Amino acid sequence: MGMTMAEKIIAAHAGLDHVEPGDLVEVRVDFVMANDITAALAIREFEKLGVEGVFDRERVAFVADHFVPPPNIKAAEQCMTVRTWARRKGILYFEGGREGGIEHIVLPEQGLVLPGEIIIGADSHTCTYGALGAFSTGVGSTDAAVAMATGRLWLKVPPTMRLFYHGTLRPWVTAKDLILHTIGRIGVDGALYMAMFFTGPVIQSLSMDGRFTITNMAIEAGAKAGLMEVDEKTLDYVRPRAKRPFTVYRDDPDARYEVDLDFNVSEWEPVIAVPHLPSNVRPVSELADIRIDQVFIGSCTNGRIEDLRLAARILQGQRVHPEVRCIIIPGSGPTYRQALEEGLIDIFVEAGAVVGLPSCGPCMGGYSGVLGPGERCVSTTNRNFIGRMGHPTSEVYLANPAVAAASAIMGRIASPEEVRAQAMAA
Amino acid sequence: MHFHGRAWVFGDNIDTDVIIPGRYLNTTDPKELAAHCMEGIDPEFPRKVQPGDIVVAGRNFGSGSSREHAPISLKAAGVSCVIAKSFARIFFRNAINIGLPVLECPEAVEAIAPGDELEVHLDTGEIHNRRTGQTFRAKPYPPFMLELIRAGGLIPYTRARLQQERA
Repeated sequence: MGMTMAEKIIAAHAGLDHVEPGDLVEVRVDFVMANDITAALAIREFEKLGVEGVFDRERVAFVADHFVPPPNIKAAEQCMTVRTWARRKGILYFEGGREGGIEHIVLPEQGLVLPGEIIIGADSHTCTYGALGAFSTGVGSTDAAVAMATGRLWLKVPPTMRLFYHGTLRPWVTAKDLILHTIGRIGVDGALYMAMFFTGPVIQSLSMDGRFTITNMAIEAGAKAGLMEVDEKTLDYVRPRAKRPFTVYRDDPDARYEVDLDFNVSEWEPVIAVPHLPSNVRPVSELADIRIDQVFIGSCTNGRIEDLRLAARILQGQRVHPEVRCIIIPGSGPTYRQALEEGLIDIFVEAGAVVGLPSCGPCMGGYSGVLGPGERCVSTTNRNFIGRMGHPTSEVYLANPAVAAASAIMGRIASPEEVRAQAMAA
Repeated sequence: MHFHGRAWVFGDNIDTDVIIPGRYLNTTDPKELAAHCMEGIDPEFPRKVQPGDIVVAGRNFGSGSSREHAPISLKAAGVSCVIAKSFARIFFRNAINIGLPVLECPEAVEAIAPGDELEVHLDTGEIHNRRTGQTFRAKPYPPFMLELIRAGGLIPYTRARLQQERA
């Protein structure tokens, strides 16, 4: 019986010829990551292990992004702890600046996570790197601490769910809509403990930025990992950046899938996940009477250059609605610079949006856009849980960057077509 | 290991933002985290929960963020264990790693009402409801995970292993 890509990567890292779903194996990990929140706990656990240094200083990174720059003294202290420890141990450390930003944008950009690798990160959206053909999964701080010390971790081999996308994408239907539709269909625990394998011509047609958006949200269906095939686009992205040699794995023709799903995307519309689950997916056209107080465009889901270009296409020559706070945050230093060069930042500022510093921003209610009681936000992020972005009675509506930008202009949930129509009429 | 406490019953998909909201993650102090435990769904929970009490929930408990602060806040609030129909995988790992027992048992969850007095025997996986007299058996842990639990979590387990390797 053949193996899936996920099984092959795990087998290779466990020193085995073959693994089966359900097997408990110990694997060698290629890279370990933690952020300013999870690293603070990981450090404390690491210190209990009685080892001096990490297993490999070039393969452990802390990325400060959740509370950066610090919004208060406690966050500043936490960040100091993480930064000081990282410097003392000589591991990789990113905090703002030229190369820093959001962990899941920074590490691929810097060529630190590569095809065929096992990457673990103390952040649930570590599954993002699966777009590169890696087995990449989120863990807690204690697992991260043990992996930092030993370069090893135990894993249960997940069964694979294959998702095949075909058809033609309609205008304004983006990678974000593909993953929201998918989660709406299978539910927030529809892929619990599984590896999701996204494939088919529609996936192949996406840019790397779009692909990262999809694998980023595999966790929102409960998955352990989200993977994609390595193709020319992957290699074009990876080759100039790669800090290490890498191996490409592919599914065997007779690989076994626990679940095999087929999606014809041709009839799909842009969608929004309404509070309070990413699976509460509705067409944008059904939600047009919902007034909003804030729009956030950014995050590890939609904070890449292609997302900013899409938002700029809608916002160019337009004004943000006077009752809406529109926050746009490029996901990393290089993304910010690129957006500046392309004139996107100009478009945003001219439209009346606030452009923030590369970080997670308000996504998890940290700062720079925390919602008050009953406030509503259309957000390009990945979670709309109760209280995620602030007060327990606030509401988050998950959308693609074009829908978010259109909503910022209209002051209510709106489709990009409506903005176009309004502009034509004016 | 054996626990005894009152049941706190919650629904499906209790996520880690509800268990401990992101705005409190500028600390790693278990006591501070406990003071906001379950705040997103029941702000009175930290004041009402008694040491030993048991959280009972539906499907996909602990979904969302990987924050280990979630099981830490539950444990520090006095919760002795969590029984659910199913767990999100990162939460499950985190709970075992930090020594918060978690049991998967959909039948038991169906038959537990808020405030029921429960007895949990971790070695056998038995869950006894004193009010109804019913006893259920949770899905057994794989042997490797039992070894982790008996060692007191992943850190003591790994420390012992590293010492052995050096010896």
